[in-house]
Amino acid sequence: MSLWVDKYRPKDLQKLDFHKEQAANLKRLIQQGDFPHLLMFGPSGAGKKTRIMCLLKELYGPGVERLRMEQMNFTTPSNKKLEIMTISSNYHIEVNPSDVGIYDRVVIMDLIKNVAQSQQLDSKGQKDFKIVVLTDVDQMTIDAQHALRRTMEKYIANCRLILCCNSTSRVIPAIKSRCLNIKVPAPSTDEIVSILQNTCKKEGLTVPVELAKRIAEKSNRNLRRSLLMLEACKVQQYPFTANQNITEPDWSLFIRNMAKLIIQEQSLERISKIREDLYELIVHDIPGDIIFEVLVDELTQNCDFELKLQIVEQAAIYEHRMRQGNKEIFHLEAFVVKFMCLYKKYLEDALGNSM
Amino acid sequence: MQAFLKSDIVDQGEVVTVLDQCIKGADLPNLLFYGPPGTGKTSIILAASHQLFGDMYKERILELNASDERGIQVIRDKIKSFAQLRAGGTRPDGKPCPPFKIVILDEADSMTQAAQAALRRTMEKETKTTRFCLICNYVSRIIEPLTSRCTKFRFRPLNADLIAFISDEEKLLVDDDILKELVKTSGGDMRRAITCLHSCSRLRGKDTPITKKDITEIAGVIPEKFLCEFLEICKENDYKKLKSFINKFTLEAYSGLQMLEQLNDYIIESDEFNNKQKAIIGEKLGAVTFRLQDGASESLQLLDLGCVVMTSYAA
Ligand SMILES: Nc1ncnc2c1ncn2[C@@H]1O[C@H](COP(=O)(O)OP(=O)(O)OP(=O)(O)O)[C@@H](O)[C@H]1O
Ligand SMILES: Nc1ncnc2c1ncn2[C@@H]1O[C@H](COP(=O)(O)OP(=O)(O)OP(=O)(O)O)[C@@H](O)[C@H]1O
Ligand SMILES: [Mg+2]
Ligand SMILES: [Mg+2]
Repeated sequence: MSLWVDKYRPKDLQKLDFHKEQAANLKRLIQQGDFPHLLMFGPSGAGKKTRIMCLLKELYGPGVERLRMEQMNFTTPSNKKLEIMTISSNYHIEVNPSDVGIYDRVVIMDLIKNVAQSQQLDSKGQKDFKIVVLTDVDQMTIDAQHALRRTMEKYIANCRLILCCNSTSRVIPAIKSRCLNIKVPAPSTDEIVSILQNTCKKEGLTVPVELAKRIAEKSNRNLRRSLLMLEACKVQQYPFTANQNITEPDWSLFIRNMAKLIIQEQSLERISKIREDLYELIVHDIPGDIIFEVLVDELTQNCDFELKLQIVEQAAIYEHRMRQGNKEIFHLEAFVVKFMCLYKKYLEDALGNSM
Repeated sequence: MQAFLKSDIVDQGEVVTVLDQCIKGADLPNLLFYGPPGTGKTSIILAASHQLFGDMYKERILELNASDERGIQVIRDKIKSFAQLRAGGTRPDGKPCPPFKIVILDEADSMTQAAQAALRRTMEKETKTTRFCLICNYVSRIIEPLTSRCTKFRFRPLNADLIAFISDEEKLLVDDDILKELVKTSGGDMRRAITCLHSCSRLRGKDTPITKKDITEIAGVIPEKFLCEFLEICKENDYKKLKSFINKFTLEAYSGLQMLEQLNDYIIESDEFNNKQKAIIGEKLGAVTFRLQDGASESLQLLDLGCVVMTSYAA
């Protein structure tokens, strides 16, 4: 029994439920035979990966759906052994280079050279190139991105890249310049509503429009999260009602609760409590930038504009520092302490004024 | 050869002249090419190398780019041993060719300072038999001792004629003012402009005329209405609206960096702000741009900028 997100993932370009014009364009692109490197970007859960798989199927036929997971091994120049998971078919291979952290450059170089030099297994295959799908390209080191540049040009005859990321701001211009850039915006609320309704229909259920709409909004137009929420709702209560409770993801509640604790009390004891909570989040793989965003969201709720401004300014600085270092906890905690100082001062000033 | 360079590589005049001279038998200095992506740096040196050495390309050219290992050791060993090989003045078929080899260091701005320093000695010692061609986007990332050993060529961003020439060649259905738009959106990057044109025609089908919307869409340009909305909200001094705007903006998958670039242009021209306000906003724009390129969160950085714009309006 698989989750709805996997069960009802569209498998053909013409079956994609939104951005249909783009899907048609992509189809035309493939029919014309030549195929450039692609850079697909858009927010999480907007359907990038789904679109890429449809594209591959259009290119190579159903053979691409026979996937295998393999572990590949690489050795860095300094003889450190690296392992990375890959998902591949006879026609393509997918990796997330940032899985190996700062050694991603080694993976990129070896992998693409290997793929480009190996022959297409299926000799009567329609295409004479293989595809390498790289995910989370915006998380790759700048070094690794540079390594991609000439590689992309050199091996273009038998290897095309599909790069996938959330934000293009951190992708170096030389890479953007080498790809056809394809923007995948989040589906609109209405589009999500109709997908949720269709999913229910296929499961033999009915869902009130109001509930579907609330889910779409609550998930912040993240289709994957919407589908997961809908399925969770189903487990909780069926038949659905328009205003039934929608469970938020645990981590979101957890962070909001943390923010409340921070506002309640500014003290050393509180800081150690918060430290534990932060570790808890990090252990569960909640990305640092998400923690920052939710915290800022919650901490700016009840204060005047002047303070909001300061909080945002500081968060922007600490979040950036977090990116440069590799211990998220330091920067998260530093921000929390900074906030406590600002807030304490703000309260004291407010008291002083009223006396 | 001349025909080749002239027809295929347009513009970038001085470089072509120097390389042409070399093909006619003149000596070649060490070269340093720099300029934005897609301006023809790699293409031009590769084309010239092929012309110079023909079948002997493999023996005479060593190309190392950012995907190759280029630590100090490699510089010392690989380049040194390559440089020490002899190089005669004739090809196997008896035709003359230059009596040197060329080491092409593409994407040299990604080499470490230490590796660059190691290169210095090698470059000096092997002048008899070897020429170096360094290629980079940012000349400031190359150490001074290296730049001073090379003749520098700056590759200029493309001009409109070139694009017009290509769209004629390919018989694309596209108006002149749309081409102008294309030149503007691709910011001088020839590769990007060509890819954009090519993609439009491929995505749309060859018989459909290319519209301005296609171009801006593919180039990722943010519609002006977004900029105006952003400024309008800042003017209203409404933090909540600002937040939901930024959320909407990211969901539409527009690039934060692009937004900052366009805002910068817009604000500089705008007469809604006085110089002091422009300076304050400009400073923040700089900081935020830098952080975004470092991978900081788009929404937080845009929020930070928005708050500063708000205060400038209020002041
Ligand atoms: N066009 C579509 N029609 C219906 N459902 C879709 C469509 N596209 C995606 N989905 C559903 O949305 C879910 C998320 O899509 P996908 O994994 O492609 O997102 P993504 O953009 O790669 O997200 P992330 O950036 O988080 O990896 C899929 O599991 C699929 O069920
Ligand atoms: N001056 C030019 N004349 C004709 N075509 C050009 C010119 N400059 C760039 N191009 C086109 O752009 C493509 C890329 O050029 P090239 O690889 O030489 O760029 P580059 O300057 O090395 O860029 P990068 O810094 O990204 O490596 C070429 O294949 C060609 O199609
Ligand atoms: Mg994905
Ligand atoms: Mg180049």
